[in-house]
Amino acid sequence: MDSLVSKAGGWMALALLALVMAAAAADAPFAVHMGIVAAACLIALWATVSRADFDAIARGILKMPGDEGVYDDDPIRWGAIATLFWGTAGMAAGLYIALQLAFPALNLNLEYTTFGRLRPLHTSAVIFAFGGNALIATSFYVVQRTCRARLAFPALARFVFWGYQLFIVLAATGYLMGVTEAREYAEPEWYVDLWLTIVWVAYLAVFVGTIVKRREPHIYVANWFYLSFIITIAMLHIVNNLSMPASLFGSKSYAAFAGVQDALTQWWYGHNAVGFFLTAGFLAMMYYFVPKQAERPVYSYRLSIIHFWSLIFLYIWAGPHHLHYTALPDWAQTLGMVFSVMLWMPSWGGMINGLMTLNGAWDKIRTDPIIRMMVMALAFYGMSTFEGPMMSIKWVNSMSHYTDWTIGHVHSGALGWNGMITFASLYYLVPRLWGRPRLYSLRMVNWHFWLATVGIVFYAASMWVAGIMQGLMWREYGADGYLVYSFAESVAAMHPMYLIRAAGGALYLAGFVIMLVNVWATLAGKVRAEKPMTETPYNAAADRPLAPVPAE
Amino acid sequence: MTYNELRHFADSWGLLCMALLFLGLVAWPFRRGARDRNREAATMIFKDDEHG
Repeated sequence: MDSLVSKAGGWMALALLALVMAAAAADAPFAVHMGIVAAACLIALWATVSRADFDAIARGILKMPGDEGVYDDDPIRWGAIATLFWGTAGMAAGLYIALQLAFPALNLNLEYTTFGRLRPLHTSAVIFAFGGNALIATSFYVVQRTCRARLAFPALARFVFWGYQLFIVLAATGYLMGVTEAREYAEPEWYVDLWLTIVWVAYLAVFVGTIVKRREPHIYVANWFYLSFIITIAMLHIVNNLSMPASLFGSKSYAAFAGVQDALTQWWYGHNAVGFFLTAGFLAMMYYFVPKQAERPVYSYRLSIIHFWSLIFLYIWAGPHHLHYTALPDWAQTLGMVFSVMLWMPSWGGMINGLMTLNGAWDKIRTDPIIRMMVMALAFYGMSTFEGPMMSIKWVNSMSHYTDWTIGHVHSGALGWNGMITFASLYYLVPRLWGRPRLYSLRMVNWHFWLATVGIVFYAASMWVAGIMQGLMWREYGADGYLVYSFAESVAAMHPMYLIRAAGGALYLAGFVIMLVNVWATLAGKVRAEKPMTETPYNAAADRPLAPVPAE
Repeated sequence: MTYNELRHFADSWGLLCMALLFLGLVAWPFRRGARDRNREAATMIFKDDEHG
């Protein structure tokens, strides 16, 4: 009882502190944020005091099986649901801003729905909310299975889940209210950054704690990738967000760096967020879920180790390629370019390792739509890790930089690689986590696959055309040395490409909606009566020895 | 330590140490007797494949 009182008192004190901060706020968005924090503390207080078994209630609502006591799977189930929820929000926001670019009136003439505020909402929602929840959930799943140990610090694991959701809500509401540090992929302000640091250190403790208490001598390679992702993101996040708040009660801060140092810090962070969040973390998924779904060990474990160390040693130097032809010293630009080009090799080593895992079982691509998704994810990983080094070459970059080619490149990686491998991993996880015989429908996975693939093709192809057209229009000089096209002319020329891009995004989102229905029905315990993906044809008439034919 | 000293360290001894460390880590799975360990590690995820 004493501990209950002290716990409840602690939540009450935190809620009051947040309310005091809200009352003393220097600006309105800060007050709103402290109000959200106070509400979160009061919900935690209510959950503590009412002493209901919320885990059991959640199990009832989400139809989760009771904990079997072997592995701690509840936070993973919540994470799977959160991934789908934030994925819907992030992809819908992406489609909406794609349509805004084609039809600017869609910004509704409201400050809250302008492109400039919705764009970081979209990028953070898909990268950190959709991707981040998927990474946290799958890492908790994989580390338990490969270490044969239950999750360390179960209470801390739950704090990681809920703390991360609070971070997402604070970041997203901040963008809509115009609170931003204007740092690419690191827009949240100083207090949200501090909160994420706390959550992330807790995440590291849970992950390392589980590895430490493992009952398997070897640490499986997927855990190496997860661990490098967690540690590197902590380092990048802290350095990139070093800043001085203008007021302890306000949502404005000033970065510790200035000028070209600030630019380089931002892209050291920005490119390694791609390298360690969107690549290393998702490669960890690949190294566990592809072999498991294919029921074959990874093609070469040796290659996976080389892949790991090469990524670790090379990726961290590639950031300067975002600053070609800027005030950054020329040697640093060249360094970034050279390391980016070298990165192509380990990336393709990893792709080959994933694809060749299917060696001898290529027929699964025809019969298993989840394997098909994994193969497409690896194909897009290979494609975008070829395209990226190519675009980092100064000569190419002088044309491609600031154009929509970059947007197309990012989306072939994000939609093709990150999206597809996440969908495939979730399709693997959902029936297992909920103790169902199989997914509601495999044919719907197939529909998801084709909608997503065709959507990416529309997206990437239109952005290639758009980007090259922009780049060439911007640099077109007439005979007398004047620019041939005004900027507005290049914008007008983009209109059809923007429409095709939005159509591609709509197809991708449609595929995701099919996934939502499929997962929902699987959770409800339904199994769709459908024609199987593969048949075993049998012709009794042909299955007999040849009749002896007398010699003539 | 000035910027220049740091810079000279980075492109001499620092570079050498990083390169040797990298080569050592990459050579590690090729050492004698690693083949069996690698096979065991790769198939470890299928051992007593119970879910839950």
